[in-house]
Amino acid sequence: MSETVASDPLAQALPRVSPLARFARRALGHHGFLIGAGVLGLIVLAALFAPLIAPHDPYAQDVARRLIPPVWDAKGSWDHVLGTDKLGRDYLSRLIYGARISLMIGALAALISGVIGTAMGVAAGYFGGKVDSVISYVITTRLSMPVVLVALAVASLVGGSLKIVILVLGFLLWDRFAVVTRVATQQIRHAEYIAAARCIGCSTWRIVMSEILPNILNALIVVATLEMAHAILLEATLSFLGLGVPPPEPSWGLMIAEGKSYMFFKPWVIVIPGVALLVLVLAINLLGDGVRDVTAPENRN
Amino acid sequence: MLQFALRRIAVALGVAFTVAVFSFFLLHLSGDLAVAIAGPESSAEQIERIRVEFGLDKPIVVQFLEWLGKALRFDFGRSFYFQDQVTTLIAGRLGVTMSLGGLALGFALAVAIPLGVVAAIKRDTWVDRFALTLSVFGQAMPSFWFALTLVLIFAVNLRWLPASGTGTWKHMVLPVVALGTYAMPAIMRLTRNGMLDVLASDYIRTARAKGLRPATVLFKHALRNAVIPVVGLAAVQLGFMLGGSIVIETVFSLHGLGHLAWEAISRNDYPVVQAVVLLLSVVYIAVTLVADLLNAALDPRMRSS
Repeated sequence: MSETVASDPLAQALPRVSPLARFARRALGHHGFLIGAGVLGLIVLAALFAPLIAPHDPYAQDVARRLIPPVWDAKGSWDHVLGTDKLGRDYLSRLIYGARISLMIGALAALISGVIGTAMGVAAGYFGGKVDSVISYVITTRLSMPVVLVALAVASLVGGSLKIVILVLGFLLWDRFAVVTRVATQQIRHAEYIAAARCIGCSTWRIVMSEILPNILNALIVVATLEMAHAILLEATLSFLGLGVPPPEPSWGLMIAEGKSYMFFKPWVIVIPGVALLVLVLAINLLGDGVRDVTAPENRN
Repeated sequence: MLQFALRRIAVALGVAFTVAVFSFFLLHLSGDLAVAIAGPESSAEQIERIRVEFGLDKPIVVQFLEWLGKALRFDFGRSFYFQDQVTTLIAGRLGVTMSLGGLALGFALAVAIPLGVVAAIKRDTWVDRFALTLSVFGQAMPSFWFALTLVLIFAVNLRWLPASGTGTWKHMVLPVVALGTYAMPAIMRLTRNGMLDVLASDYIRTARAKGLRPATVLFKHALRNAVIPVVGLAAVQLGFMLGGSIVIETVFSLHGLGHLAWEAISRNDYPVVQAVVLLLSVVYIAVTLVADLLNAALDPRMRSS
């Protein structure tokens, strides 16, 4: 630009950009990231403001208005945009409130499993040796157990509820967190800044919290989105099989289960909640893939 | 190789034992089984009688050792609900699940590997983008919903295939497609990435430079090396599919292990649940063990880890 800048050619060639600004610039050029973030943002807003947006009470039954088709059907009406279910409850309102269940389960299950898995993975990667052997053994054991089956068995014995589903999934889905953070920690364990931190007398806890975690954060975010999507799909599966979130909660999986017996005549009762699940999980996955591409373009393939 | 194999087998046996401990205690610690079996309306005497009848009054370690001792001889006791030996029940259901899982894996490999190879060769063209889009959608679809959608399209609207049940080969088509699609995205991505890495390597350039036919380079040199990691992944996916069979078998009313597990779980038939959890885990452990040994035999570098 001006003559003064040109006097330092290096400064001109490499403009100083903060990591956040670089992230924002790359993210805004990434279609998958933008679409994922946009759609997920809309669903989160809908869930947060559900009482304001939902046209009806999602639990209010009206036997006189059962199984009304959606508005695009010849018999549909604008009063029930997505129609009603077998008990006359407004489908759109149930869908909006259902987003709360899916998002809450996805976020909390990913949080619980993230804490467990990261603690195990970082410990295994940082200490190595016996600690690593024991933790790797635990991970192998966990991987060999069928998730759906164990989750169903526990939910059935304890009794299915929102809290139980969150806890069961949180305590089952930590494997990928552990695997990924273990490898990521192993890669930076011998880095010079870790050795430097040790030399100036930092405690292990401090090294983990302020040197290791910030450096594996990108990988953690990617796994967190994957596991959030995984937990949402598993909750839907458990609820579909009748052992997850109990009625009358408007869980999307439960809506599909309740619509199953009518699907031959009223296909929209299973198509609508299924598409909602697909869109939500797709948005989360696109966001996760986007974060991976934007933070580590060299890993893109 | 022998040392690697022995160590790997020892780990597999250890994991199988740990899973046995876990599947036993999990069901015991998550509630009072005597109450669960008796049902909510039963009296205290009835619960007490059930407790003695099923040996639930003994110390839990004794119960576990008795169960494990019998399990090693394939005796999992009698089902509470079906009034049959658990082993007989499982043996009767195993065939359906194994053929479903095997066919689904075969279907997934048959579609995903060629798709991954083509996507890698035609990188960044519409074929590649189509394959990636397909895999992104595949990963986001709830398997039970995909199964129901297949029923809607092919059984209800087009009337090409039956909606549920068993009997002819036509009954297996939709379940196999539904279950196999579940495993496709991961296999497709791994094949594509493996092919991309291999195609960029020096020995492929050498093979091309010395004038070999493109097809020879592709199939004899590149594909062989690219699919080695797929062997390991296929084993893992087979394990996931056995777990996923619980959903697919329930949707299509196939009377396999998954359906049995679901029936047993919803009726608190815990000898059956324990046996199925243990069996599916042991199958997974065995399959990944074989895949690891196979990989180590094919590629000596794998033996060090």
